[in-house]
Amino acid sequence: MSVPAQTWLWIAQRASAAVLALAVSVHLVTVIYAVRGGLTAADIIARLQGNVAWLGFYSVFVLAAAVHAPIGVRTILAESLPRAPRLADAAGGVLMIVILAGGFRAILGLYGAG
Amino acid sequence: MANEAILFVSVWRGAERGRFVDYEIPRGGHQTVLDAVTHIQRHVDPTLAYRFACRVGMCGSCAMTVNGVPRWTCRTRVDKVAKDGRLELAPLKNLPVIKDLTVDMESFFNKVRRAEGAFVPAGDTPGDFAAVPPASRPRTLADAAIECIGCGVCYSACDVVAWNRDYLGPAALNRAWTLVNDVRDAGNAARLRAVAGDAGCHACHTHQSCRTWCPKSLNPTASIAGLKRATARAAMRGRL
Amino acid sequence: MRGLARPSNRHTAYWAFVLHRVSGLLLALFLPVHFWALSLAIEGEAALDGFLRWTENPLVKLAEFGLVLLLAAHLTGGLRLLVIELLPWSERQKAMLATAGGIAFAAGVLFLINVY
Repeated sequence: MSVPAQTWLWIAQRASAAVLALAVSVHLVTVIYAVRGGLTAADIIARLQGNVAWLGFYSVFVLAAAVHAPIGVRTILAESLPRAPRLADAAGGVLMIVILAGGFRAILGLYGAG
Repeated sequence: MANEAILFVSVWRGAERGRFVDYEIPRGGHQTVLDAVTHIQRHVDPTLAYRFACRVGMCGSCAMTVNGVPRWTCRTRVDKVAKDGRLELAPLKNLPVIKDLTVDMESFFNKVRRAEGAFVPAGDTPGDFAAVPPASRPRTLADAAIECIGCGVCYSACDVVAWNRDYLGPAALNRAWTLVNDVRDAGNAARLRAVAGDAGCHACHTHQSCRTWCPKSLNPTASIAGLKRATARAAMRGRL
Repeated sequence: MRGLARPSNRHTAYWAFVLHRVSGLLLALFLPVHFWALSLAIEGEAALDGFLRWTENPLVKLAEFGLVLLLAAHLTGGLRLLVIELLPWSERQKAMLATAGGIAFAAGVLFLINVY
């Protein structure tokens, strides 16, 4: 990977971190509030079903996570296995696809549930 | 010798392969670790190899690992580090051992060069002195990092240097940062490219061992953070 | 093997790095599991409720508590890094480290209180 590309990875990591800082804070507060008195599927679905605002929020959340986590994992692998840099890049790519696919499947499933 | 305090000193003898050899020497007064190792070489074992020069904390030649930590031996009091009357002396980490307590500093200085850690003049000889206000922001930043004498303590303390043999290291990056902030310098295009990436500033994970052990109280972590910002700006302007 | 003495490099900032890296890795591994669980809703409310009933198990609650701790730790550690890298350097950094730990713990406790 070229030096400018590696620099862009750093920029993307910090930018997505800032987005996640906000999203995770909102998510933590929501979860802590929602878990009071027990959590049911109905609660989760009721909150998300047909709600465009939550759809938008979680979409941004998933996109930011799909940038941030793969870059982090790539860094760990690149440092732990210095002789396999392509493996590190590939693993990051795979994780990004997994997060995008899994994340949007969950979001759209809950948005359209019931 | 009946009333004299004894200092137990374990010293690395050999090269990459070798062993620790134990010595017992007199202890007392305001003895420094340099005093101790000099005593061993002069009165016990003249084959011991070690370095020093100024012995007053100005040159950095005496740097070695003292009880697991990189220090200048001339500036380290035995009383401060040998709490249980024991010293363990080893050569600086992350550098090849020549003999006993001396290391080969060539790769260290090569990395300063690879980081473009040398001043690049701007074209023809200028007509007059460059006016650089000392209180200006770039000069303040450069001055905060300029006192590095290349002793290698930070390089030896750095975990990332130990993990990644390509990593330029705190001293080289710190030096590059002083030049990035030198308004007279003309080499920043190449310099920012040289210090960015997995072998450069972006490999720093802010352990701050460099800052913890720098005998001149410099802060390479801050310099490297500055390089992260400068390289990011250059990348976003398409100039990396 | 050179240097038999333990590396005394293990100061606060080093452990902050270890915590940040470990929590990040665990969270990255947890995320796909989290999405899978939520997508059970697509199979109908009953499937997700079945899973949620499983999460009433105290051991699972403890694991969730751990997850919230990890999340809070990684978040506050990350904020500390953003401050170090992007803002003018100052001794505030040590105070931030302490605050980071405090907030992480507080979030976990809050979750625990709510959960039980």
